[in-house]
Amino acid sequence: MSGLDTITIGERFDYGTHDFTAEEIVRFARKFDPQPFHLDPVAARDSLFGALCASGWHTAAVWMQKHVAHRKAWFDSLREGGHPVPQFGPALGITDLKWPKPVFADDTVHYFHEFTGKRERRDNREWGIVETVSEGYNQHGNLVISFNNAALLKL
Amino acid sequence: MTLQSEKTYYFEDYTPGREFRLGPCTFSRDDVIAFASEFDPQPMHLDDEAGKASILGGLAASGWHVSAMMMRMMADSYILDSAALGAPGVDHVRWKKPVLAGDVITGVSRVQSSRPLKSKPGIGLVELVHELYNQRGDLVCESMAPLFLRMRKGEQDR
Repeated sequence: MSGLDTITIGERFDYGTHDFTAEEIVRFARKFDPQPFHLDPVAARDSLFGALCASGWHTAAVWMQKHVAHRKAWFDSLREGGHPVPQFGPALGITDLKWPKPVFADDTVHYFHEFTGKRERRDNREWGIVETVSEGYNQHGNLVISFNNAALLKL
Repeated sequence: MTLQSEKTYYFEDYTPGREFRLGPCTFSRDDVIAFASEFDPQPMHLDDEAGKASILGGLAASGWHVSAMMMRMMADSYILDSAALGAPGVDHVRWKKPVLAGDVITGVSRVQSSRPLKSKPGIGLVELVHELYNQRGDLVCESMAPLFLRMRKGEQDR
């Protein structure tokens, strides 16, 4: 059996929601993205965004937090059911990361993850590739983040 | 409308080929573990032994930590001193090699192209390529991303 058999194309995982408080938006921005519209509600009012909003890297980092928690729960349930557990390698990168709308203070973002492709590689018999799409929607149903990822998977 | 404070760099200053230096920035053991604890709590980002046993070869920063610090280095180098209006996304990020605890990262942002926005007079879109290197000169991260900027003459129109 190949590791690729553990992956079902089109399977979509619900990663749950995260509430972005003003306090954590500012805390992240101070460390990593100290632009006025991520730090100061008054300065943000005069920006293109119109109000205090999270750094796009913050929205992405919270996706990762949800991803790690979900992977652990998913693997645990596979193990309990006696099913094979997929072995992923480190992420090599992402493409087409979009922030179509800002994440404002007190917004709730609902994250998802979906398998969109899988393949073996001619030059490597140990690792295959799994393609995924990740998304986050705000409480109004608007897309606030999306990106594609190609991860290594042990065959 | 509030008068924007004077900035050093506007859209017009982002001419293709222009480079901005990034860093240096040290990824301390504490910073690597603090970021991972909150956002990417996998063993190779949290524990020396688990890092050594992993394919990464040592306690390694989360790729998202590297990306977030790249943002910080960009902010400190030129964005905070620019009439920057945010970014709609990122074309790609490639984590080419692990950033290990203690690594000192430097880099460069290079202007790839620039064009005025037809839909928003006074604003332009710039494409930047970013590269980060460790203290051994290895490319650890490579990215391309757009950035919105206000124009000088747009500033006068306000």
